[in-house]
Amino acid sequence: MSATLMTDRPTESERIDLSASSPRRGEKVIIGWLFLCAAFSVLVTVGIVFALAGPTIEFFRQVSPGQFFSTDDWAPSFTPPEFGVLRIVSGTLNVTFYALLIALPCGLGAAIYLSEYAGPRARKILKPILEVLEGVPTVAYGFFALTFITPLLREYWPTFLPGSLGDPPGVFSAASAGLVMGIMIIPTVASVSQDAMSAVPRGLREAAYGIGSTRMQVATRVVVPAALSGIVASFILGISRAVGETMIVLIAAGATPNLTLLPNESVQTMTAFIGQASTGDIAVGTITYYTVFAVGSLLFVSTLILNTISIALVRRYRETYE
Amino acid sequence: MTTTPHPKATPHPQAARRSVAPPTGVSVMETVGLNVYYGGFHAVHDVDLGFERNEITALIGPSGCGKSTVLRCLNRMNDLIPAARVKGQVKYHGQDVYAASVDPIEVRRRIGMVFQKPNPFPKSIYDNVAYGPRVIGMKVPDMDDHVEQCLRRAALWDEVKDKLKESGYSLSGGQQQRLCIARAIATQPDVILMDEPCSALDPIATGAIEDLMIQLREEYTIIIVTHNMQQAARVSDRTAFFTARPDETTGNRTGLLVEYGLTSQIFENPSDQRTEDYISGRFG
Repeated sequence: MSATLMTDRPTESERIDLSASSPRRGEKVIIGWLFLCAAFSVLVTVGIVFALAGPTIEFFRQVSPGQFFSTDDWAPSFTPPEFGVLRIVSGTLNVTFYALLIALPCGLGAAIYLSEYAGPRARKILKPILEVLEGVPTVAYGFFALTFITPLLREYWPTFLPGSLGDPPGVFSAASAGLVMGIMIIPTVASVSQDAMSAVPRGLREAAYGIGSTRMQVATRVVVPAALSGIVASFILGISRAVGETMIVLIAAGATPNLTLLPNESVQTMTAFIGQASTGDIAVGTITYYTVFAVGSLLFVSTLILNTISIALVRRYRETYE
Repeated sequence: MTTTPHPKATPHPQAARRSVAPPTGVSVMETVGLNVYYGGFHAVHDVDLGFERNEITALIGPSGCGKSTVLRCLNRMNDLIPAARVKGQVKYHGQDVYAASVDPIEVRRRIGMVFQKPNPFPKSIYDNVAYGPRVIGMKVPDMDDHVEQCLRRAALWDEVKDKLKESGYSLSGGQQQRLCIARAIATQPDVILMDEPCSALDPIATGAIEDLMIQLREEYTIIIVTHNMQQAARVSDRTAFFTARPDETTGNRTGLLVEYGLTSQIFENPSDQRTEDYISGRFG
């Protein structure tokens, strides 16, 4: 290299050739391919929106938004059909609430432990196990709920609770599905949160320890606030997974569209409705067919709103270092 | 130093800086046969040092000589490195801080630290200073007043008094370091450890921190690690010179204390050839 440089060194009168020595076509092809990869997911999202939009518009031609959002009977495939979506919205809220009740505290706790307390050995063992849990098929979680958690709940339900809250659940319940869904989401929350906490610079921890903070103070007052945007991102991811989860609720929560937030009742979620309706023989062009798309659109829009709100919250409250 | 960016600190002419505080004879900290290991690596060998009240002691020496390691043993910051092991004693007012009954958190509350890279919390300037008193549950009758006093003593108040709610990161590097000093003194420690506090700063900001150290000496015992020999000569009362000795078989370099004494003696009349070589720039 230095030898060629020496021979290329120009004399004073010579003009140096600085144009590219080859057209580098291969690089352009690769850049084009990388662009296509990036554009693909955007295109698919646009495609989904269009696929949902057509049948949804058709649905609202036949059923008024007023009936859809404000009546409270849900029986789209009965005669006469009822389209009060609140019943299955409440089912989703119900199961999601109990799932998050488990997943957010446990996930954040696991993340704090892994990031701030665990020694290298404990971390080396625990982290891969968490990642394996993340990969368990949801249908397996569904049967775990139905055959293991449900009997436990029926056996050990806190019957001293007041009113109908004290009644042990039946074979299908929001509690069983929510509990197992929460367990399913813990690794997601833990893993994303821990990555965010581990990215907090060492200098900040040292500063806090140097003043005489305890480990808990370092974790809660310095590391968690500094990693807040990542932690909230993990929560959003968890909520999105809970709202969108289908298999567990289909198996363990039942198919009764109940307007309730009680954990010991059987509920049908929006996803479970779609799952259930789609496995039956629904004919294209019937009102049941369009209902599936309308509920799908509602799911899509609600997760979109949720994500937007969370991003705005994070921008507002995060503590940026550097 | 007429270009000092802050009006509060009085510029110290070179001659005034060299003045040595009258020896108080009160030893605040002491290391006895201190050895530090990182796993199987022997980082520091047999260090015996005493630190006097209201003095600035500088630890100098080439890279890898163990001076930062020694500093971080004094408030048990090395505990945070899982593989680090300490043998020997580090005495604080006669009590071994490595004794089994001693809580490192209590040690660090009395022996504060300022780091090489300014590391303010990603919080407001006010909250940076108030953090320490809050976490240690210090009884502060008026936190606003306490924050002001700490920022004044760190020669930062006039520059930040109108933007206490802004992030600590909105300040320049030198201001951030003074904020870190304000944060360190907010818990009213006894000793302040400074690990190359000016190495990330420009000469003007460095001058401001040095002026500040000389003021803080009135109330605190300061121990500073520095790569900058002129800095050690300018600010310190006593200087400890460290060097690194390669192991004959492994080639690992173990740090050891060569010479310790009054700064004037170390710089003007060193008794060890290695010290003289280093001071005069003939180190090799």
